Amino acid sequence: MKTLIPLILGMAAVTYLPRLIPLLFLGNRRIPQRMDAFLKCIPLAALGALIVPGAFQATPDFPFAAVAGMGFTVAYGLFRGGIIVPVLGSVAVTYCVLLVNI
Amino acid sequence: MKQKIGASLKAGFPIFIGYVPAAVAFGILAKACDITLLECFLFSAVVFAGASQFIALNLLATGMGPGGIVLTTLLVNFRHFLMSASLSTRLGEVPKRYLFPMAFGVTDEVFSVLSFTKGALSKTHVFLVELCAYSAWVGGSVAGFILGGFLPEILSKSMGVALYALLLAILLPEVKASGRALILAISSGVLNTWLVHLDILPKGWTIIVCIVVVASMGSFFMTFEKEEERL
Repeated sequence: MKTLIPLILGMAAVTYLPRLIPLLFLGNRRIPQRMDAFLKCIPLAALGALIVPGAFQATPDFPFAAVAGMGFTVAYGLFRGGIIVPVLGSVAVTYCVLLVNI
Repeated sequence: MKQKIGASLKAGFPIFIGYVPAAVAFGILAKACDITLLECFLFSAVVFAGASQFIALNLLATGMGPGGIVLTTLLVNFRHFLMSASLSTRLGEVPKRYLFPMAFGVTDEVFSVLSFTKGALSKTHVFLVELCAYSAWVGGSVAGFILGGFLPEILSKSMGVALYALLLAILLPEVKASGRALILAISSGVLNTWLVHLDILPKGWTIIVCIVVVASMGSFFMTFEKEEERL
């Protein structure tokens, strides 16, 4: 098979440029208030779509396992907060559910 | 300083945990597709974009030419344009030369973690979070290629949940603090589910549509609230 390196470089370029251009041209520049509000809302808007529906298919053979893991994250996150424990805990819960069901 | 480095590594750690199994899976698949170790390494080291690397392997297997694969990659990864634009409003004073390496590491998860860090972002913090993600991705890809499935199957499957749990854990304090955040996040998830179900947009674009629609909605609320305060 012929080398894939040109393909990889092409993919790298089209991945990198959209990540770079806004940083170069928007950074340290005054932008209209409406635009600023839009940009500041992007993280929240992205999170919802990044989580749903993907999370429900995270363990495709047995979707309940991932849902149980997420359940732990929500419960612990709401009452105690933090990032590391909710993340590691969700992996542990998912692991146990999968272990019992396979 | 030491404390700050610790905090940055702590912020990057969940990304590390989430990326390792995905990267190992990429390495295994790359080997199964008869790609050399060098090519597998370069995919992860110079493209550094999870989903689109898997898609590229699939397209290669179907015999698609490089032009089509590069175009697909552009479409799949274009959402990062919006994410970088949003991050640019959060950076502190960062000299231009640092923006070039910084932009390289803007993935979905890095963006999410950085966006919900309080205060202006320092370049050290950004680089350390990116380094956690990058080392896991490149290291995991190479390890997967060489060692195959060295993680027990059930463990690697459950570690796949880590990325979603990370995003969820970032989101929770926001929705707990503000009903508006809850409405926006739910709208985005519901809209995305519907768009994925309709299956008419190319991969990656359902998220772009969700971001544009929901962030517009959010900015409308924000300016509306500000005007009410003024009255």
